[in-house]
Amino acid sequence: MRAKQALCRTTCVTAAAVLSGCTNGVLDPQGPVGAGNRQILLNSLAVMLVIVVPTIIGALWFAWWFRASNPRARYDPGFTYSGRIELIVWSIPTLTILFLGGLIYYGSHELDPRKPLGPPDQAVEVQVIALDWKWLFIYPRHQVASVNELYLPAGQPVRFRLTSASVMNVFFVPQLGTMIYAMNGMESELNLQADKPGELYGQGAHYSGAGFPGMNFRVHVLPQVEFDRWATRQRSGEAVLNAETYAQLAEQSQDVAAYSYARVQPGLFDAVVHQILPPSRGPDEGRGGSPDIHPQPLDANICTVPVQTSQTMRPDLDGGG
Amino acid sequence: MLGKLDWSAIPIEEPIPLFAALVVFLGMVGVLGWITSRGWWPYLWREWITSVDHKRIGVMYIVLAALMLLRGFVDAIMMRTHQTATLFGEGYLPPDHYDQIFSAHGTIMIFFASMPFMIGLMNFVVPLQLGVRDVAFPTLNSVGFWLTASGALLVNMSLVIGEFARTGWLPYAPLSELEYSPGVGVDYYLWAIQISGVGTLVTGVNLVTTILKMRAPGMGYLRMPIFCWTSLASCMLIVAAFPILTATLAMLTLDRYLDFHFFTNDGGGNPMMFVNLIWAWGHPEVYILVLPAFGLFSEIFSTFSSKPLFGYRSMVAATLFICVVSFTVWLHHFFTMGAGANVNAAFGIATSVIAVGTGVKIYNWMFTMYGGRIRFDTPMLWAMGFITTFTVGGMTGVLLAVPAADFVLHNSMFLVAHFHNVIISGVLFGAFAGFTFWFPKAFGFRLHEGWGKAAFWFTLAGFILVFAPLYLVGLQGMTRRLQNIPVDGWAPSLFVALAGVGVMIVGAACQIVQLVVSIRRRDSLRDETGDPWDGRSLEWSTPSPPPAFNFARLPHVEDEEPYWSVKQRAIEGQPPEVPVSYEPIEMPKNSPTGFVSAFFATLIGFALIWHIWWLALLGLAGAYATFVVFAWRDEAEYEIPAAEVERVDRARLETRQAWYRRREEAA
Repeated sequence: MRAKQALCRTTCVTAAAVLSGCTNGVLDPQGPVGAGNRQILLNSLAVMLVIVVPTIIGALWFAWWFRASNPRARYDPGFTYSGRIELIVWSIPTLTILFLGGLIYYGSHELDPRKPLGPPDQAVEVQVIALDWKWLFIYPRHQVASVNELYLPAGQPVRFRLTSASVMNVFFVPQLGTMIYAMNGMESELNLQADKPGELYGQGAHYSGAGFPGMNFRVHVLPQVEFDRWATRQRSGEAVLNAETYAQLAEQSQDVAAYSYARVQPGLFDAVVHQILPPSRGPDEGRGGSPDIHPQPLDANICTVPVQTSQTMRPDLDGGG
Repeated sequence: MLGKLDWSAIPIEEPIPLFAALVVFLGMVGVLGWITSRGWWPYLWREWITSVDHKRIGVMYIVLAALMLLRGFVDAIMMRTHQTATLFGEGYLPPDHYDQIFSAHGTIMIFFASMPFMIGLMNFVVPLQLGVRDVAFPTLNSVGFWLTASGALLVNMSLVIGEFARTGWLPYAPLSELEYSPGVGVDYYLWAIQISGVGTLVTGVNLVTTILKMRAPGMGYLRMPIFCWTSLASCMLIVAAFPILTATLAMLTLDRYLDFHFFTNDGGGNPMMFVNLIWAWGHPEVYILVLPAFGLFSEIFSTFSSKPLFGYRSMVAATLFICVVSFTVWLHHFFTMGAGANVNAAFGIATSVIAVGTGVKIYNWMFTMYGGRIRFDTPMLWAMGFITTFTVGGMTGVLLAVPAADFVLHNSMFLVAHFHNVIISGVLFGAFAGFTFWFPKAFGFRLHEGWGKAAFWFTLAGFILVFAPLYLVGLQGMTRRLQNIPVDGWAPSLFVALAGVGVMIVGAACQIVQLVVSIRRRDSLRDETGDPWDGRSLEWSTPSPPPAFNFARLPHVEDEEPYWSVKQRAIEGQPPEVPVSYEPIEMPKNSPTGFVSAFFATLIGFALIWHIWWLALLGLAGAYATFVVFAWRDEAEYEIPAAEVERVDRARLETRQAWYRRREEAA
């Protein structure tokens, strides 16, 4: 009896732990996009459960009832075709998929990552660069940047523009919803919004090499006023992000602590997208020696978009933040 | 002289792979030594290594698959234990080793466990079910097997000589380009998959030809057993899809070896093209694996319900429907890459449309059971485990096909749980079911039922315990391929999953014990009649194990279930006619071509991985010479005299009649 109670208690505790764990995932969204994702997810699940549950129960029940040892079950080996059943059998999944197809079409348009969440001029722009192995966030309106830490104003639509310095990665804040790939030489777009101030967890969601597990970041959602205050405060630091310091930052490094830049050279993000700042380098050698051929990055001078390095500002990776 | 190969290739600083390699090496030396001491080499060479008999090749495929399944399972155990360990500390696998393990796990499980298992079953069963004596190109069949084994050997070599890819089981560019993966890991992947891919392709061509051109007299397309239909569909997918894989990997190889720019970041390359191409093969691949499993489950549902398959034509239609639609859905693997809403919607709908074909199959299996007289032997238990859990896996798959839901589930542990849910319950349960079902046919005795049932229940329970929490932790936002766990909230799910792994280990142990126990008690488990399950298709009309020529006289097929009808007529008092005279049979001669050319293929692969150019040329010359020698052979066949055929067939008829008499006396 006591053992039974203990077992029950353990089960309850485990169940509670398991359920409470849900509270910071995609089922607990903190913004309209995440809420939309969850709605579509739960609706689709409900539509399918309506036929999946009876199907599983039916399969088990048929198997049990028609077991060889059941004298009450009628053996009918001639029952091998029925046009009526075939009609039903093809129409049940077809109808479900028709219904689901509507959800698919609606969700795909309604939650298109490119779709603005309000008037375009109201959105805060954040430029995201996936590096080996950290995230760089640039806030062009304030000309500041942060590494492995994202600051967002609450209740404001945010327009993310994303690219990667080297390999593919995915930008994902589970509680804000939709994730999107960041790829070198390309720009992707994602519109999200955080409703309330708070702290969220974000991460890279596409394996990108040895330092990948360290590519997670805190998302600090601040009230609008505090967000502006934060940006102004950053301006008083010394660290500058320009082509030179970017090249240092883009070198491979793991588990990088969060810090920020007080100044960002305008156009840096576009320079990465257009590969005026060349793709960052990988490791020099792997097991099995260094390669015979080492592809050379494209010459940085062949294009003429103005990205000048400032002579007077010293690179300072440790300052600021 | 040795290209890039030197002592630094041996990972001396990493004890785990070295130790693993040592164990494998000692195991291999032990087995080889045992074979030598028993003097079995001539027998093995004559009867197995050079054999072109489709049954022997099928068995060898399955032996290879089982070994690789164990290797992949060990990788899985290491990943689960390491991830859980990082909740308390650093774990025991550094990133470069952990990343190799998950890449190797996926590569091995798909290419060297699932594929050979399914191809092995098809190889063994299809010609027997078609009522013919071998496949269309027996020597090519042997070449296909040995090339697959050659690929598996290269992947396992990477354990000690160099490294394996650290890119995931599909080496997404640009991570797999020389810039970001300068080691030999990706090269091991490329050459291993290219070599085994050629093997798979020739096997696909072989089986398609066999099924289209070589059926027993009277067996029209709509009298073929359903397993032959799904094998045909699967092999047609192989023929259509594997060239895409070969071309894609060839382009990546050119990037890495000759400084091309197909998928590089710069020089006009486009990494997204790699992702598109690899999934244009990758999605049909899923159905290459699961269609044969659908077929064998159909056979099992029908056999153990003592009823013909319900809606046979509908099942054939659903199979071909899946076969075609599987080529139109690849984009669902990267909805989050930023394609437009219409593109995402189109591929999402196409993906969920596949579920119609699968849904039809599930209902037809249910109605096969309806009105049946169901015996729950081990294969039927696997089939029940499949039909219930696969339905859940299919449902989560359709959920992932909804772009707006995939936007938060892509690359998450939910995805990992989904594809394990379908591959384990579809392909792996299918493999185990088929293994248990046809084992008596291959070896002449049944597998022990008790241990088989224990294996089923432990595997099923472990499988649910592992993957249910992984679904949950995926909803909590956990991504795949994490070498350490940054969020404490994920811990409870990972603990439950770890416990599940323990249960699955017990399941795997039961399988091994089952095999050992069955071999030791083979006399009491003997299958005298060749028809241990009251079967319905032609393979059960042969003795167990079948003679080299399968059928003394090719059977005449008059309906969908030829052997069942023969038995029904016998029960009604019309015993099968006994042939008065027998003809001699021509069978293909054994040939070492497959083994020798795979030996040279391994040399080529190894040489190209390590840039040992002279050895690559030598291997190429050797492989070509092997082909020329084979092409110039004078005699391709040998004759089995009529007397021998008569002896085998009379023995078959007598044991069967004796068994019928005993049964009638008992009744």
